[in-house]
Amino acid sequence: MTYFWTIAVLVIALGLAWRYLGSYMAAVFETRLHFFRFIERPIYAILGTGPDREQTWKRYATSLIIFSGGFIGIDYLLLRIQGLLPLNPQHLGAVGPALSFNTSVSFVTNTNWQNYAGESTMSYFSQIGVLTVQQFVSAAVGIAVAIALVRGFSRKGSGTIGNFWVDVTRGLLYILLPIAFLAGIVLVGQGAVQTLAGPATVHDALNGVTQTIARGPAGFMGSIMQLGTNGGGFFNADLAHPLENPTGLTNLLYVFLTLSIPVSLTYTFGKMVGSVRHGAALLAAMAIIFGAWVGFTSYAEHQPNPAVAAAGVASQPAGNMEGKEVRFGDTSSALFNVSMTQTSDGAVNSANDSYNPIGGFGPLSGMMMGEVSPGGVGSGLYTILLFAILAVFIGGLMIGRTPEYLGKKIQAREVKLAGLGILVMPITVLVITGIAVSIHAGRAGPLNGGPHGFSEILYAFTSQGNNNGSAFAGLTGNHAFYNVAGAVAMLLGRFAIIVPSLALAGTLAAKKVVAASAGTFRTDNTMFVGLLIGVIVIVGGLTFFPAVALGPIAEQLSHKFYSVVTVLPVIGQSLGHLATPASWRALLP
Amino acid sequence: MRSLFSNVWRAVAAIVVMTLIFGFAYALAGTGVAQLFFRHQANGSLTANGSTLIGQNWNGYSTTKILDHQWFHGRPDADNPLSATGKAGTSAAANLGPRSTVLVHDVKALVKAWHAVGVIPTPDLVTTSGSGLDPDITPADAVAQIPMVSKATGVSPPRLRALIAKETHGPQLGFLGSSYVVVLTLNEALAKLR
Repeated sequence: MTYFWTIAVLVIALGLAWRYLGSYMAAVFETRLHFFRFIERPIYAILGTGPDREQTWKRYATSLIIFSGGFIGIDYLLLRIQGLLPLNPQHLGAVGPALSFNTSVSFVTNTNWQNYAGESTMSYFSQIGVLTVQQFVSAAVGIAVAIALVRGFSRKGSGTIGNFWVDVTRGLLYILLPIAFLAGIVLVGQGAVQTLAGPATVHDALNGVTQTIARGPAGFMGSIMQLGTNGGGFFNADLAHPLENPTGLTNLLYVFLTLSIPVSLTYTFGKMVGSVRHGAALLAAMAIIFGAWVGFTSYAEHQPNPAVAAAGVASQPAGNMEGKEVRFGDTSSALFNVSMTQTSDGAVNSANDSYNPIGGFGPLSGMMMGEVSPGGVGSGLYTILLFAILAVFIGGLMIGRTPEYLGKKIQAREVKLAGLGILVMPITVLVITGIAVSIHAGRAGPLNGGPHGFSEILYAFTSQGNNNGSAFAGLTGNHAFYNVAGAVAMLLGRFAIIVPSLALAGTLAAKKVVAASAGTFRTDNTMFVGLLIGVIVIVGGLTFFPAVALGPIAEQLSHKFYSVVTVLPVIGQSLGHLATPASWRALLP
Repeated sequence: MRSLFSNVWRAVAAIVVMTLIFGFAYALAGTGVAQLFFRHQANGSLTANGSTLIGQNWNGYSTTKILDHQWFHGRPDADNPLSATGKAGTSAAANLGPRSTVLVHDVKALVKAWHAVGVIPTPDLVTTSGSGLDPDITPADAVAQIPMVSKATGVSPPRLRALIAKETHGPQLGFLGSSYVVVLTLNEALAKLR
C-alpha cells in the first residue's frame, strides 16, 4: 500500500512537471525568457557568438564535437595531474592513464560508468572540477541535440537548426542550474553530506569502535547527477550510500529528478511543433513501457532470493534484501534501479548484481530497448523520434503511401539516417561483448560464475553502449581492456547517434510542410502509440533475445548454483579478483 | 580553416567558463548554503558515538560467531568505513549473484551463528546491504535479537520490546520506504536503560 502511494505521488509530480517544466523549456529554447541575460551576455561576448548567429547542421555538429572532444582532453589531463591540484585533503595521487581516459569519456558522454571507487580515488577537485561540471554540460548537450531535432520538425524550408553554444548555455542557466541548486538544498537538509573537510574520525564509547567516515561535496553533486541523468555518484556505493541518499524522501526525489526532464521534453516537443497531442503520444508510449518494466521488476524483487532460501532462511516476507538498504525496502529499490535504466542515468540504490535472476533482466532489458522510456535528458527524445520515423515508415509501407511525420515527408534519406542511429547501439554492444567473451582479458572480469558471469559482461557493454553507466558491479572493469573497450562503446553510443540525429534535423528543417489530408497516416492517436511501442520492443527484442537467453533467462530457468572464482581477499569482495570462470566458459561453443 | 580555429577558440573559452560556473561556483555556493543552514547534516550527521547514517560493527570483527551479545546488531556488512589507518574505506555491496554458492555458504554460516546465540534470524540479519554501511534494521530484525540481548544485559524482553517500539521510525511521511530502527540510537537508548 505504501508502494502504491509512492507511485501515485511520483506520477502526479511528473504530470505537473510535464505540463509546466515542459512549457518552460519551450519558452527557454524559443528565446522568450531573458531573466539571466546578465550572465548570458558576457558568456556570448567571450565566445564571440549569440542567439542571432544560426548554424547549419554541419556547423552545429562540428561545434558539438570540438567542444566535447576538448572536454575529454582537458578532463583527462586534470585527472592525470590530480596529485598536484588543491582540494585534496586525502592526498590522493594521479589517476592511471587507462582509467583517466575511460572516466573522462564516460562523463563527457553522459554515461558515468565508473571503474573506480569515488571516495578513495577522486579528490574533491576532480569530483567538482571534472565530474560535476560534466554532469551539467553533458546533460545540456543532450538537450541541445533534442531541441535541434525538434526544430527540424518545426521549421519550414530553413537552412539552419539553431546555435549550439546558445542552446547549451541556455539549457545550463535556465533549466539545470536552478533546479539542481534547489534540489541540492533539500537533499542536504535530509542528510546528504556537503563539506570540503576531509573524512571524519569518530570513536564509539559503547563498543570501542573507531570509524573513519568518508565525506565530501556529495549532496549538490547528487542533485545534478540525477537531474542530468548522469548517475555517477560521489561514493563507490553510489546512491545506496546513506550519506548521499539518506531517506525515503531523497530516494523518491532522485527518481523524480531523473525522470522529470526526459518526460517534460515530450511536452516541449509538442509545444514547439504546434501539436501537444504528438508530444502526448510519445509520452504515452514511454509511460506504457516504463510501467510494464517497473511492475515486472518490483514483482520479481518481492520474491525470495534463491541463494538465501537455499541457505535455510524459511521466509523472506520483504522480498530479496541481499544488496538492498533497509530504509528503501524491496519495491522502492526496484523502482529506483528500473527508473535509472529506463533513462540513461544508471545510478543504483541497491546492487543490481544481487537482484533475482529475472529481476536483473528488468534493468538490463530497459537499456537494450535504446533507452527511450523516457530515456536520457535529450537523448531519450531524439532517440524515440528516430523510432517514430521508423514507425511511420513501417506504417507507410502498410498503407502504401509516402509516410509523413508532422507534415514532413519521410523519404529514403530520413529513413536511412534513423536506421543508422538505431542500429549503432546494438551493433556496438553485441560486437564488443562478443570480443570480451572471446579473449582472456574479457573473461577475467566477472565476479560471479555461471550465466551470471556472462550477464555481468553483457550488462557492462549494454550500459556503456547506451551511455547509461549502471552496472552489475561485481565485474572488475579497471583493467586496460575494459577501460578502453568501454570508452569505445561509450563514444560510439553517444556521437554515432548524435551526428545522424543532427543530420536528420538538417534535412527535415529544409523540407516544406505538406498539408494533412484524409489519407495521411495519423501520428497522434492510440494506433500510432501501439505501432511505436511495437517497433521499439521488436527491434530491441530481436537484436538482444539470443544474448539475454544466455544470461538472465538461463539463470532463471536453471536451478543450479554456481561457484565464485578466486577472490583476492586483500582488495575486497568487489574491487579485485582474478577469474577463469570455467563454469560459464562451458556455455561457449 | 578560419571557422575551425574560431570553433576551437570558442570551445576552449567555453570549457574554462563552464568549469568555473558549473563546477566550482556551484559546488562552493552549495557548500556555503549547506554549512550555513544544515551544519549537522552537511557534515555527516555525526553524534557523540558515530554517524546515525553510517552503520558500524557491533561484533568485534568476527564473521563466524556472534561474539558480542549485549548490543543489537546491524546488517552483517563488511563494515567498510572502519579503518585503522585513518583513511576512509570504500563503500560497496557484496555483489554476489542470486545463484552464487558463496552467497549460500555465507548465509548458512550466519544462520548458524545466530542460532548459536538463541536467535532465529530474519533475512536482513543474514544478507548484506547495498552500501555495505546500512545504518538501519527493521523493527522485526531488532525484535528477533531480544532473546540474546535480554540474556546478556538482564533487561526484560517486554522492556526491550517497548524500547524498540519507541525507537522505530515509520515509513517517511507515512508512505516512503520501509519502517526502520537506527542501530546506533537503539543501542544508545539501551545503554541508558542498563
